[in-house]
Amino acid sequence: MLEVWCTHTVSLFRSGIKSLLPGGLRLISGPGCPVCVTSQGYINVACELAGRNEVTICTYGDMVRVPGSNGSLEQQSAEGASVVVVYSARDAVAYAEKNPDRQVVFLAVGFETTTPATAAVVIEAQQKKLDNFFILAGHKLVIPAMQALLSGGEVAVDGFMCPGHVSVVIGTEAYRPIAEQFGKPCVITGFEPEKILQGILLLVKQVAAGRAEVENAYDVAVSEKGNPLAGQMIEKVFYPAAAVWRAIGEIPDSGLELRDEFKAFDALVHFGIEPGPDETPPGCLCGEVIQGKASPPECELFGKKCTPMDPVGPCMVSSEGTCAAWFKYKK
Amino acid sequence: MKHNKIVMAHGGGGELTRQLLAERIIPRLGNELLNPLMDSAVFDIEPGRLCMTTDAFVVDPLEFPGGDIGRLAVCGTVNDLAVMAADPKVLSLAMVLEEGLEMELLDRVIGSIAEAARQGGVVIGTGDTKVVEGRGSGGGMTITTAGIGRLKDGVNLDPSRIVAGDVIIVTGNIAEHGLAVMSARDGLAFETKLISDVAPLNGLVNRICQSGADIKFMRDPTRSGVAGVMVDLVNLVDLVEDVGLSIELEEDAVPVSAIARHTAELLGLDVMTVANEGKIVVVVNQADADKVVAACRADELGRNGAVIGRFTDAQPGLVELITVAGGRRLVQRPYGEDLPRIC
Repeated sequence: MLEVWCTHTVSLFRSGIKSLLPGGLRLISGPGCPVCVTSQGYINVACELAGRNEVTICTYGDMVRVPGSNGSLEQQSAEGASVVVVYSARDAVAYAEKNPDRQVVFLAVGFETTTPATAAVVIEAQQKKLDNFFILAGHKLVIPAMQALLSGGEVAVDGFMCPGHVSVVIGTEAYRPIAEQFGKPCVITGFEPEKILQGILLLVKQVAAGRAEVENAYDVAVSEKGNPLAGQMIEKVFYPAAAVWRAIGEIPDSGLELRDEFKAFDALVHFGIEPGPDETPPGCLCGEVIQGKASPPECELFGKKCTPMDPVGPCMVSSEGTCAAWFKYKK
Repeated sequence: MKHNKIVMAHGGGGELTRQLLAERIIPRLGNELLNPLMDSAVFDIEPGRLCMTTDAFVVDPLEFPGGDIGRLAVCGTVNDLAVMAADPKVLSLAMVLEEGLEMELLDRVIGSIAEAARQGGVVIGTGDTKVVEGRGSGGGMTITTAGIGRLKDGVNLDPSRIVAGDVIIVTGNIAEHGLAVMSARDGLAFETKLISDVAPLNGLVNRICQSGADIKFMRDPTRSGVAGVMVDLVNLVDLVEDVGLSIELEEDAVPVSAIARHTAELLGLDVMTVANEGKIVVVVNQADADKVVAACRADELGRNGAVIGRFTDAQPGLVELITVAGGRRLVQRPYGEDLPRIC
């Protein structure tokens, strides 16, 4: 049994690899999608901000459909709110510069893949003395989540397939505690079908031989130390803090908050908002799905009350979410 | 007074409306149907069965690599007639302009309408222009066109004639329109050499129909892409036939340029669900497949035409893709327009 991340999940389905694997090999999708794990409280704050006349929300595309307690940003937009889909943090800053009369809030979510870009634009905004650009900090860290998953002790995972793009930033050595303390092999792979197959092969070999090492099947891009420049930039702007993961709960040191010298760009501070509690919708098993404890069809809402057209939980919302992938490609 | 932007009075039916018509629209779109400026266009049409369609066009941004809303509005309606095996003759054109629209942009759009109509061999027979208050920062526009054409003799498009073994052909590289528009969208702008494939397809349809093949179905895979047409087809066949059929597509047979495939990958999109505005999906019996592919390839707009799959009687009601890796997966219609995803 292996643990994979959501972009792997979508790629596995799109490429049809899952239909080719032998029965004894089960791939579970882990907490790898930044949209999946964004708390309802976070969406609620984003929606509240979007409701203000002077505010424009800049966001990655798949966030607009994530439901909060009172609807999504897509619905807010229909009500007249200004919601702009951007492809990068850079585009959000550019939007703020182009529209000085708007208060621009960038929904800064994602793992180590998107965090360096957010850090860079916060530094840039400070240098340019922009007073109409803010971020709603929601970045999360991969390793604390994996450790929390293993410390829970309930998941019978034999090994981890680790995401190439995150690893470019954090490096292979970041996974060493997972392999050494918890005895779980980790293989870093890219997302192309052949890379994934190579990753599966390396993991199966480790499990069969009883080894637990960090192996790098993506060495074109991933080094042992990762990208030190990106790491320094993140550290300059953010510090680790407890974060709420949707349907899992709070995990210590798994999120990132803005340091004091950058607090002027914190949307929560600027607009004086407190995030509310995270409420899991009744019946939703997203928490279990994200932790690999349940597969989507085990959820009573799956395919009935919860579909890509009308999603309840985050795993159905994102096109790379575990439930959406199951629904789309395996239904 | 010279106006650089559209104001409410341009749609008020008074002097400014007359000026707009006389100075900007008639000189470029005028023809003997439109010029009398009567309330309706009057024209003769050969005896036969007529075909009529209408379509509303909204696109953000109004101009994108390879086209603009004007070209889209003409080609969209010409193509909806063409894929029904009709010869498009006359189009109507209704433009709703937002106040604040740049006059130069309007001029470019009207120029595109004229150019696309010339390419498609149609005339704008009648039209209307209104102005509304701008939404947000204003300056936008929407266009509605309707079109009328005469059905070709000897073509019998009817999904109830589709049987297992029939072949699915797409007339060229897919996903280019949707990706090109996205590349120009505010907030998403990225550098790419991709351009929209938006083009009038009646010429290509003529070649296909004249190839002697027994064509059973044609549709242009616009919004929701080739995947959307495939799912629609399976549902259509299910409705009109006693026994449902499935579709089996081969991923490595689907024509897609390397740049489109990589752009889609970068944005996390599936090329099968991205919009096209210059392609046709054709269903034909297996024996005639080569004729249709040859007819496509003889036309500049169909030079990458290829067989991409076939109907089967296995597992009725499914669209399956045999992937490059040799696996199988289902093809489904997207929720809405697919949005670029994170990571």
